[in-house]
Amino acid sequence: MPRLKEIGFVIGLVIVGVVFVAAVIGPWLTGHDAFAQNLNARLIPPFWMEGGSSQHWLGTDQIGRDYLTRLLYGARISLFIGILTVITSGIIGTTLGVLGGFYGGRIDDAVLFVITCRLSIPVVLVALAVVGLVGSSLTLVVTTLGLLLWDRFAVVARATTMQIRSLDYVNAAWCSGCSPLDIMRHEILPNISSHLMVVCTLEIALAILLEASLSFLGLGVPPPLPSWGLMIAEGKDYMFFSAWVIMIPGIALFTLVLGMNMVGDGLRRAFGTQVIK
Amino acid sequence: MTRFIFRRALLALSVVMTVMAMAFVLTRLSGDLAISIAGPGSTQADVEVIRKAYGLDRPVLVQFFDWTRLALTGDFGNSFFFKDKVSNLIGQRMPVTFTLGFTGLAVALVISLPLGILAALNENTWIDRSVSLLVMVGQAMPSFWLGLILMIVFGLQLGWLPISGTGSWQHFVMPAIVLAFTAVPALTRLMRSGMIEALGSDYIRTARAKGLSRSSIIFKHALRNAAIPVVSIAAVQLGFMLGGSIVIETVFALHGVGYLAWESISKNDFPVVQAVVLVLASIYIGLTLVSDILNALLDPRLRGA
Repeated sequence: MPRLKEIGFVIGLVIVGVVFVAAVIGPWLTGHDAFAQNLNARLIPPFWMEGGSSQHWLGTDQIGRDYLTRLLYGARISLFIGILTVITSGIIGTTLGVLGGFYGGRIDDAVLFVITCRLSIPVVLVALAVVGLVGSSLTLVVTTLGLLLWDRFAVVARATTMQIRSLDYVNAAWCSGCSPLDIMRHEILPNISSHLMVVCTLEIALAILLEASLSFLGLGVPPPLPSWGLMIAEGKDYMFFSAWVIMIPGIALFTLVLGMNMVGDGLRRAFGTQVIK
Repeated sequence: MTRFIFRRALLALSVVMTVMAMAFVLTRLSGDLAISIAGPGSTQADVEVIRKAYGLDRPVLVQFFDWTRLALTGDFGNSFFFKDKVSNLIGQRMPVTFTLGFTGLAVALVISLPLGILAALNENTWIDRSVSLLVMVGQAMPSFWLGLILMIVFGLQLGWLPISGTGSWQHFVMPAIVLAFTAVPALTRLMRSGMIEALGSDYIRTARAKGLSRSSIIFKHALRNAAIPVVSIAAVQLGFMLGGSIVIETVFALHGVGYLAWESISKNDFPVVQAVVLVLASIYIGLTLVSDILNALLDPRLRGA
């Protein structure tokens, strides 16, 4: 049954696609505002539970905001953070990795040292500390995560560059008088990009998870923005009586990350990328 | 071999120094420390007094070298909030974090080693696929959310375990399971691929040709070789887990170093934050060093690297 692997990839793609579309157009379709409070309609359960209403499909939160609208809006935040983080970290990591892998020698030693330093830093702790000490905002979360999550890009870019740097087409480019920068841009980068795509998807998933963890601890996306992690944190006080307040955003988060990882895994198998963690 | 250890130790030391510099810069990110410590509503005079009292009026480089010099002797200064030495605070909390880390790692190994072996022995069958599905699910599970779900199920509905606190061994059960869950995917994957590689190697073919029994081949020959990378990664993983325990300790209000870090961050307690970052990073660096040396001892081919 060799088709099973592709099924996983397709399922992942569908999940990510659905979340993406829902994030873009969803918040406009529910007929509610993600920030409008209604203290007369607090903690209404979802429609399938007793006391649910057809007005609020997924119920309302502790200050009466429509849960479905907030959930869809939260998808925007998750994807926004995931994508922007990966753009930042991808640029940093790829630059370092390609430089180290291409030149080797002293430059590679320096790159390896920077990677080693980065790996020894506890990511969650440092991200929390930065956000805690500077003050929480969406921009800061993206910047911090972007500056921290480049290690896998660097490792993969370095290893794949090393594999191809002495292949015939690179030598041919040297002979035809291309500068090192040209070779890195036009020969190396296009040929390692498939491997970097794999890292991209996996890192988006990781960034989304980390943002949720930071927001859950109160040091990520600031309220009243509906980050899924923040929604779980806000629902925590009510979870023993109405478990759905943490189950709904949690399932959304889990599904999106799972879908992202499935896409990444499918690409990884297709391209044969070794991702070391 | 001595040369190898020496070089690795030197590298580890320079990484520690770099991390120290970063930990120092980290707490200066907020701008003027004295204003943050004084808090809102304080006068200019208050701020100046604090600036003097904490030595923040000195040049930054002098502050850095002073902090480094003392930190190397294990003195991280005093906490602003707890009115105690930072080293004492960390010393008191460390056993909790270590207990959590070691239990978590043990649980993770007990789950992931058999799973990885099982998947490798049944490569490309439904067993292998179920294991990879499980690994995927584990990777996507937010640890804090899993913690909350366990609280609802085992704490509230079944009433088997305490929900939060540090009082007894029962308090460690749920956090350790959640922490283990974060390490299981990586360890299972590694065990599986290591085992598959070992089973496909020449010495296994020889062993088969000699007519050895299946169990002897699997356990005496393949497993020994496949376990090498897992053992060394386990050490690195422990470092990751200690760093990652901050989320889990906060969810379960387990009073370890992670919880201390979270408290200090929310209270702008800079000396503690700096010290915890440095201590956790140093432990990780130390564990990586041990794992490198262990690897080289077990596999002489790596000593040249």
